[in-house]
Amino acid sequence: MNAFMNQLPIGLSIGAVLLLIALGLTFTFGQMGVINMAHGEFIMAGAYTAYMLQDWAGRQAVLVALPVAFAVAGLMGLLLERTLIRRFYGRPLDTLLLTWGVSLVLQQVARDLFGAPNVQVKAPTWLVGGGEWLGIRMPYARMFIFVLAMLSVAAIWFYLSRTKQGRRMQAVMQNRELASCSGIATSRVDQRTFFIGSGLAGVAGVALTLIGPVGPALGTYYIVDAFLVVVAGGLGRLQGAVIAAFVLGLLNSYVEFWSDASLAKVVVFAVIIGFLQLRPQGLFVLRSRKLT
Amino acid sequence: MLEVTGLEVAYGRAQVLFGVDLAVPAGALACVMGRNGVGKTTLLNAVMGVLPTRAGTVRFEGRDITKMPTHERVRLGMGYVPQGHETFGQLTVAENLRVTWEASGSKDRSVIDEALDVFPRLRPLLKRRAGFLSGGQQQQLAIARALVTRPRMLILDEPTEGIQPSIVTEIEDVIEHLHKERGLAVLLVEQYLDFAMRLADRFTVLDAGVVVHEGAGAELADEGVQRLLAV
Repeated sequence: MNAFMNQLPIGLSIGAVLLLIALGLTFTFGQMGVINMAHGEFIMAGAYTAYMLQDWAGRQAVLVALPVAFAVAGLMGLLLERTLIRRFYGRPLDTLLLTWGVSLVLQQVARDLFGAPNVQVKAPTWLVGGGEWLGIRMPYARMFIFVLAMLSVAAIWFYLSRTKQGRRMQAVMQNRELASCSGIATSRVDQRTFFIGSGLAGVAGVALTLIGPVGPALGTYYIVDAFLVVVAGGLGRLQGAVIAAFVLGLLNSYVEFWSDASLAKVVVFAVIIGFLQLRPQGLFVLRSRKLT
Repeated sequence: MLEVTGLEVAYGRAQVLFGVDLAVPAGALACVMGRNGVGKTTLLNAVMGVLPTRAGTVRFEGRDITKMPTHERVRLGMGYVPQGHETFGQLTVAENLRVTWEASGSKDRSVIDEALDVFPRLRPLLKRRAGFLSGGQQQQLAIARALVTRPRMLILDEPTEGIQPSIVTEIEDVIEHLHKERGLAVLLVEQYLDFAMRLADRFTVLDAGVVVHEGAGAELADEGVQRLLAV
């Protein structure tokens, strides 16, 4: 029973990382129709940011890296949008190929800069070890990741529903043409969305340094699952992404616990395919009743 | 106020407008008429910059705006209500107006109240999501949203199409009020002949992407013109 319950924090923290990654994807996909395969490399960039900061911040690097990685990954996303992706708006399949290419280039750049072998980021001492709660072993690092994701969701929710820029983002996501007819500079909103979405991937990258090694291909392990979260949750929907991310994270870690990692993937894929047969639009739908 | 000359618009290889000319003098109400699929909506979309033009110019108050992005045209004073009572469905009525007001860069919040004074029926619905309103309510919100941008010219695409009859008259009265009392120039795409006949100073009839007739509003009663519009 204990071994069973001990999987809980593992599943939740995987879900939390997926959520951080999927938030950015769901907004860039939902708002601009861009399937950004290079999103995974923003995760990797965030993780290497934490690695680099160790020289300067020592064991507190992870904490310092959170805002820095957000900015680094965010700027990378912004640059990608400005230079390449915006030329491909309205052509989702072309952006997929384009960003996949960018993804490969970025991985190679990371290999050249940091070397092919994995590197390690030392967690702050206060995140090492764990406590026990109701007989469940709760590793501090995994709890930290969970809290981090929850805070990010709260921040995004606040941004979307309570700020001027967030309202604009919602307007563009719901009806791009009407937004521009309402005087909203949609391309500026797109840039901001890209910055925030990519920045969150950077934060996810920092979180991942707490539970595993950092390598040039780090992002590729998570990008597919994050896309599954986006599709299952419904494009551009916050609640959908939250639920789908945790269901996927828990499902993955429990099936893995009972069998092995490859079977877990098979089960997760089967569940998602089955679910999408029943609800192709995902858990939540962006557009509501629309007449004519 | 608005001058369109030689406008050509195409979707890929399919050309829709072939050298359309159109003029809306300041304070006038101009009506674009024609059967379905002749390019009326395309014309309005091109005037607003939602669609790129292939040739021709669009001038607003003497300024060439042919290449200007849509949101800047809105700031110049062109208020657009697209076809199909479009709203931001997941936002509340209040948020729909607020996001538009914020984008206008205006500090003066009273524009929202003024828009609501025009459509008092929206007041009790402020906290409702726009997507759950009836078609007529959505259209009132759509026009109110355009008013929040403080337009000097209102561009409306079939504002009464698919709307319950009780609200149609209300919307027509509002358009008449805005035009006559506030002196807004109006460019209207309309199928209802009697409404156009009552209000239009000028009208333009489109057929297959070209202007086949234009004239003063009174001429709309003319049999030859009515034949051009008959389905």
